[in-house]
Amino acid sequence: MSGDSFDQAFVSAKQRLLSFLAGAPDWVAQIASSLINIFAVLGVFLTLFALISVLERKILGRMQNRYGPNRVGPFGLFQPVADGIKMLIKEDIVPVRADKIVHFLAPILIAATAILALGVIPYGRNMTPFAIDGGILFFFAVGSTTELAVFMAGWGSNNKFSMLGAMRAIAQMISYELPLIVVTLPVVMVVGSLSPDAIVAAQGGYTFGFVPHWFVTTPWGAAAFILFFVSGLVESNRTPFDVPEGESEIVAGHMTEYSGFKYATFFMAEYFGMFAISGLAVTLFLGGWQAPVAALQFVPSYVWFFAKLSILLFVFIWVRGTLPRTRVDQVMNFAWKFMLPMAFTCVIAAAVWHYQGRAFGGWLWSLLVIAAVYIALSRLLDTRKKFATRTYRFAE
Amino acid sequence: MSIFSFVAIAILTLAAALAAATLPKLIHAALSFAVAFVGIAAFFFLLGAEFVGLVQVFVYVGAVAVLIVFTILLTRRDADPPGKFNWGGVVVAMAVFAGLVWAILRTPTLAMAAAPIEALTVKRIGEILMTDYVWPLQCVGVLLTAALIGALILVMEEKRE
Repeated sequence: MSGDSFDQAFVSAKQRLLSFLAGAPDWVAQIASSLINIFAVLGVFLTLFALISVLERKILGRMQNRYGPNRVGPFGLFQPVADGIKMLIKEDIVPVRADKIVHFLAPILIAATAILALGVIPYGRNMTPFAIDGGILFFFAVGSTTELAVFMAGWGSNNKFSMLGAMRAIAQMISYELPLIVVTLPVVMVVGSLSPDAIVAAQGGYTFGFVPHWFVTTPWGAAAFILFFVSGLVESNRTPFDVPEGESEIVAGHMTEYSGFKYATFFMAEYFGMFAISGLAVTLFLGGWQAPVAALQFVPSYVWFFAKLSILLFVFIWVRGTLPRTRVDQVMNFAWKFMLPMAFTCVIAAAVWHYQGRAFGGWLWSLLVIAAVYIALSRLLDTRKKFATRTYRFAE
Repeated sequence: MSIFSFVAIAILTLAAALAAATLPKLIHAALSFAVAFVGIAAFFFLLGAEFVGLVQVFVYVGAVAVLIVFTILLTRRDADPPGKFNWGGVVVAMAVFAGLVWAILRTPTLAMAAAPIEALTVKRIGEILMTDYVWPLQCVGVLLTAALIGALILVMEEKRE
């Protein structure tokens, strides 16, 4: 199965391309190899971005009992082309009082960080574009610079709404970065490596041939996956956590003063961030490119990765079509009072699982730990008393 | 190849640091400072110290730069003093620089050829942290937890009488 020509089709295609440079010096080959990886990642994800932008509108349309885009091309599939042309020929407006350089650099920086984060994810067997030892750390290090880019957008626009949006975005991104990182800790602890490839490799193998050894099948893994997904929703500013750009409150948040292609860049960066966080969720908890059952291992690894990624992206869209926007204070309370304690519980539950020999006994014990903390938290926080009759200060 | 990278990164880092010291607008200075941090992280990568480089980006760009930016934001905007050159700062900076140069020149080990060391992987750092340096690690952990709880208490709503 490892010598499968379909599975390694892209890897061998890259080798063939590089073989043209056989006589060239070493550094030329290195740069060419990196360039091929960069173009592959950009090409795949720009296509996916175009596809998802039309699919999202189609799916949301379905959920809201309407058609969605269906005029341009078959089933409206050429809609992204029309959108792209529209965005390119729109006027690029820069406010007079704006900080020109910062205003210009913000969309570039935000797109660059989103693309960099995509580099460390293993898309298939031997298919990690930028395989480094501390890949997980790289992902979060790059992700943490997004906050600076959002701040630059908000501050550079010299607009109250932009600044408010940027403040909201940074506040919630910093708050949810903590559970996001703590929740990846149990995986790193259990695998004993920060490399995404090692994490995927550790999730290979099956019990009875049909229960995969993905971390989501353990209680701590399932809890961590849900927490990771919710934090991912926040980090990519998606509904129900899209308070930074809540259009009914603050126009469009930090993107208020952007138009034309710069706005499209923000839009693209948001989707790339969504791809990156979903890709990492697949890598950490859903077994990366591993097949779900032993009998299906003949299907190429990248097919599995992108199938899992598509399911997660669908859930992102589904959540957007279902849930209303949360309030700012609710978002923050949720992060500090629920997400963070639960994230730490996952770490402890994973340790319990490990020291019980990673067998069924440990499975039950870690389930017990998580259930106990979950029930205790829900009792302690006691959300019911928050729903008292509402009193209005300025209205009857 | 590595000498080209070194020169390119050095120019970028020094230019960003110079910009951070001289730009009239405080926010611009803070952002240039962040670029200088990235440049230093690039140096670590060039030296093969992957982990330190990543932590440099993580802590300095992701946390310290954001902290600086927030401090500037929460202070008054018109409080920027008009561009007056601070000679005292120059004297202090030169003194620190001279002290560092003196210390580096007096260090005898620099003259020797470094013994070949094995590449320091993230895994190795983790092992050392968990065995030889477990007590310092625990102390830092307690300190950070205390800081976290302290921050939560500071922002907690005060009970209404």
